[in-house]
Amino acid sequence: MAFIELQNVSFEYPGGFLAVDDIDIRIEQGENVAIAGQNGAGKTTAVKMCNGLLRPTKGNVIVDGINSKERTTAEISRVVGYVFQNPDDQIFHSTVLSEVEFGPKMMKMPAEKAKALIDYALRATGMYELRDENPYNLPLSVRKFVTIASIIAMDTKALIFDEPTAGQDLNGTIRLRNILGELREKGKTLVTITHDMEFVADNFSRLIVMANKKVVADGSPKEIFWDFPTLLKAKLKQPYVSRICNTLSIGSNVISMDDAVSAVKDGMAAHDSA
Amino acid sequence: MGAIIELNNVTYSYPLANECAIKNVSLKLEEGRFYGVIGQNGSGKTTLCSLIRGFAPSFFRGSLTGEVLVCGKPTLDYKPGELSLKIGYVFQNPFSQISGVKDTVFEEVAFGLENFGVPVDEIEERVIRAVELTGISALAEKNPYELSGGQQQRMALASIIVLEPDIMVIDEPTSQLDPEGTESVFEIIKGMKDRKKTIILVEHKVDLIAEHADEVIVLDKGEVIRFGSKDAILSDETLLECGVQLPNIALLGNKLTRSGVPLERIPITEQQGVEIIGKALRTRSWCK
Ligand SMILES: Nc1ncnc2c1ncn2[C@@H]1O[C@H](COP(=O)(O)OP(=O)(O)OP(=O)(O)O)[C@@H](O)[C@H]1O
Ligand SMILES: Nc1ncnc2c1ncn2[C@@H]1O[C@H](COP(=O)(O)OP(=O)(O)OP(=O)(O)O)[C@@H](O)[C@H]1O
Ligand SMILES: [Mg+2]
Ligand SMILES: [Mg+2]
Repeated sequence: MAFIELQNVSFEYPGGFLAVDDIDIRIEQGENVAIAGQNGAGKTTAVKMCNGLLRPTKGNVIVDGINSKERTTAEISRVVGYVFQNPDDQIFHSTVLSEVEFGPKMMKMPAEKAKALIDYALRATGMYELRDENPYNLPLSVRKFVTIASIIAMDTKALIFDEPTAGQDLNGTIRLRNILGELREKGKTLVTITHDMEFVADNFSRLIVMANKKVVADGSPKEIFWDFPTLLKAKLKQPYVSRICNTLSIGSNVISMDDAVSAVKDGMAAHDSA
Repeated sequence: MGAIIELNNVTYSYPLANECAIKNVSLKLEEGRFYGVIGQNGSGKTTLCSLIRGFAPSFFRGSLTGEVLVCGKPTLDYKPGELSLKIGYVFQNPFSQISGVKDTVFEEVAFGLENFGVPVDEIEERVIRAVELTGISALAEKNPYELSGGQQQRMALASIIVLEPDIMVIDEPTSQLDPEGTESVFEIIKGMKDRKKTIILVEHKVDLIAEHADEVIVLDKGEVIRFGSKDAILSDETLLECGVQLPNIALLGNKLTRSGVPLERIPITEQQGVEIIGKALRTRSWCK
């Protein structure tokens, strides 16, 4: 059994709006998965069911072998941490430090372990220097790292990041990449929702695509970024380097800068020998 | 032709701040042009927006030296509220733009026009157009608080474009949008430019700035470090040292050049990339 399993899951918001329609997702322990897809596709709704913030109105969500029906939201959130799309839905303390301390405190972790985790979380996210600041005095892009730190500090087996790349600059994006790398080395199961196609191409070997309440593709970025019907359906685009190679008809599975350089060189060599 | 917005030696710091958020900035922005503002987090982009629409210092207080002129008149001389008729502002954080007093997306988008006393028939027509342009027609009857992140951001943009202000100051309008939605925002801006609007757009997605903006303003630690032609600015790798990403096509161009592929110049847009790299591909070359 996979670490996170959504089995024939649907979700209807109170009031009757169906946001997720009969989806199946399986994520193995230690996997690092991206989710992309059009605005309103149901991405946030789907992942909120993985950590118990929302309960499926149909189907089953199984986390670490236990059906979410048999656990409280507090129990599930000790296994799967969720970083909100809007940091302001998550933050409610008046300093960065107290925000990050909250999770370990709630989980009644031994003091020493908690301290080490909090320290690690603050440093990994670059929030250590800002620990005495009020989160609301920090820009949105930085507040996002405060929320990431507070989930890392809980040391859950799985972590879900909802649009962490939004509004990040070059260094913020690199910092995210490093955080994902470190957590992966620790064996965490990671799910990242993002609209940044380059970030997907550079950091993930598996991409789940959602459109219109459904999962419409699940595979490697190399496949999906050259699967035009799927891109169209989910309102995604190829990474820029892929677009260029596509127009120039060189390299039909290029998704990275290095791939593109090789494709151009191969193209030149082919021309020379022609 | 005079500048529609002019900053003369402007230095500004927020109350109690140790450092200036904007330092010695002088800029002349012309009517009907589209300016892309880029720079790393905390470089002063949003503060520049606040200065232009008079919110700094009128709302934030703090200390300002130098002067900011809009249509030739210092922002400090405008009556309260007067500038907001001229300048539409889309907040960086779409989650904080919702008025909180309206029950549907449609009413939310109509809110500003209502306040300006626009006739009901006209309001309806304009709102329908704005929600269509931003791709949220199907959500018109939904509660603004029951939208996905990207849908909220689309609504925030619709609430401002519906006002048709002469100057649009737009702070990262695509951060939560899917790739197609992001491109459509740039199409909307192109439409506004065709109607002679002046656009100041803050955006981290430099690829799209390269594609669509007329000129680029680069901020670093409160200072304008580059201003002008996007081709020169966005192809230059030293920008990376200021924490600003280059367009992917420029990164590729630089990488190709370094690995020995001769390009006639560094492309910054997809179309330039296709032309310039395409030409290199067709040229018989140097080695195997
Ligand atoms: N509280 C709610 N009540 C009713 N409908 C909702 C609510 N929250 C979201 N929805 C609707 O459910 C659908 C899915 O929303 P969700 O937030 O899961 O989308 P998403 O894929 O995360 O989109 P985005 O990329 O814009 O964040 C949307 O059409 C949205 O309007
Ligand atoms: N309301 C405020 N009070 C005090 N300092 C502020 C305020 N807003 C911004 N600052 C500070 O002013 C500087 C410039 O911030 P600004 O928000 O203009 O940057 P930015 O380029 O828009 O960044 P981002 O890309 O994160 O949006 C930063 O050092 C910031 O911390
Ligand atoms: Mg979402
Ligand atoms: Mg800003």
